[in-house]
Amino acid sequence: MAPIPGSGLAKGLAVTLRTMTRKSHTAQYPDVQPDLPPRTRGVIGLFEENCTVCMLCARECPDWCIYIDSHKETLPATAPGGRERSRNVLDRFAIDFALCMYCGICIEVCPFDALFWSPEFEYAETDIHELTHERDKLREWMWTVPEPPALDPGAEEPKELAAARKTAEKLAAAEAAQADPAAEAARATGTGDVTPSAPGTGGPGQQPPAEGGTA
Amino acid sequence: MNDVLDVALRLLVVFAVFLVLPLVIGQTEHKVMAHMQGRLGPMYAGGFHGWAQLVADGVKFAQKEDVVPANADRRVFQLAPAIALLPYLLVLVAIPVGPGEGAVGEVVDAGIFFVLAVMGVGVLGSLMAGWASANKFSLLGGLRTAAQLLAYELPMLLAAASVAMAAGTVSLPGIVDAFEWWWLPWQITGALVFFVAGLAELQRPPFDMPVADSEIIFGAYTEYTGLRFALFLLAEYAGIVVLCGLTTVLFLGGWHGPFGAEGLGWVWTLLKTAVLAFVVIWLRVSYPRLREDQLQKLAWTTLVPLALAQIALTGVVKVVIQ
Repeated sequence: MAPIPGSGLAKGLAVTLRTMTRKSHTAQYPDVQPDLPPRTRGVIGLFEENCTVCMLCARECPDWCIYIDSHKETLPATAPGGRERSRNVLDRFAIDFALCMYCGICIEVCPFDALFWSPEFEYAETDIHELTHERDKLREWMWTVPEPPALDPGAEEPKELAAARKTAEKLAAAEAAQADPAAEAARATGTGDVTPSAPGTGGPGQQPPAEGGTA
Repeated sequence: MNDVLDVALRLLVVFAVFLVLPLVIGQTEHKVMAHMQGRLGPMYAGGFHGWAQLVADGVKFAQKEDVVPANADRRVFQLAPAIALLPYLLVLVAIPVGPGEGAVGEVVDAGIFFVLAVMGVGVLGSLMAGWASANKFSLLGGLRTAAQLLAYELPMLLAAASVAMAAGTVSLPGIVDAFEWWWLPWQITGALVFFVAGLAELQRPPFDMPVADSEIIFGAYTEYTGLRFALFLLAEYAGIVVLCGLTTVLFLGGWHGPFGAEGLGWVWTLLKTAVLAFVVIWLRVSYPRLREDQLQKLAWTTLVPLALAQIALTGVVKVVIQ
């Protein structure tokens, strides 16, 4: 069936008229903040309390845009006559966002959950040198890191939680065994099934404060 | 003394309309085009939905340096924007808005001749600009303008002639006075031809091959900056006002309306003009630019025969009803 002559022209007019009656797509950005999706890669925040200056991020960075300086401090021995403990203290942690390509490898590679994606994106500068942001700024961005999205229903328990629970259960079992050695001794002759009855402390407080979720 | 005051007042009103209506249409175009493309258009200038955008544009244009190219024909180059703009002012003087002496700048007996002849002069501005700029793109644009003028002036005149035949007069108020509602279906072909040819003569999209900013860099206006360029733009929008007003007066019955024609006739005229102006914007948004050969083909193989057929129809009906 041949189309009616001019139907294409009418169709074009109809399309534009219909578009006019609909809501426009313009994002009124400076007036209205954008609704960013979770896991937005805006900027990298540093949770510096977790950083051990292992330098993995700096070494894995494809752009070499992470600067880390540190020095070693010694802690007095905990037991008399013991050896002094040494630890790394972070002096400088800076990311040059003029070089950063937002690949997120540093965040993936950090074994201590010290680096996180933040959705913050308004950190443009007028000079390219000012795009090298130091640790205080990176630490500030940590406050803008959103909570990790909840796990799917029926998902496997997170590894940290599983490990923590296992430890707690073991501890509880040991405590229970110690608490009533008498009762155990009394029954030592017969029934061997002592139920440990783990206390219901579901989440032991060993998690990092803002959990990355990606390990 | 009273006569002088009367004339001065009329001219003043026409001039004010000439300055205001094109800006209103320009702003409408900004907003309508934006929303048709799913955008918002200007939102900041003036505070409320960017109502003062064109005022801001005007201030910007006025601040720019007025450059005349070294090899340009200086006088012609500088004169061209005025030639492009002023004819539309003259046409506006003769367009009747309401019934009676009070609602027209100046009653011209041979109104339709005057109006069409003067409108043709407007295109001369583009020709002058194209030739005087000493720029190959401007020259291309100017030549395309000339070709377009030649091609589309004919169907426009023929379509207007059909209405003049139907009314038995060439005076614009006379034509509207003679208008009956059944002229609408009777003259519909002529109306379409007139409107399309008028669009082409204004070089409005989709007939904007002579300015075609993406290929010949605005054609005849390539070398213009600042206020002179703004005058060309103003001429385009004044042209829309004039074309829509003329189409209203010739084909849509001007101040006649289904009700309230007495006293409020001018509202009908303005309303019809506004609707037509919306259509002009709508067409611009909807259609891609016609190629140069398609432009010529449309004029010579479609519009001219249609206009001739309309004249024949008008003649036949006119003889039959007498």
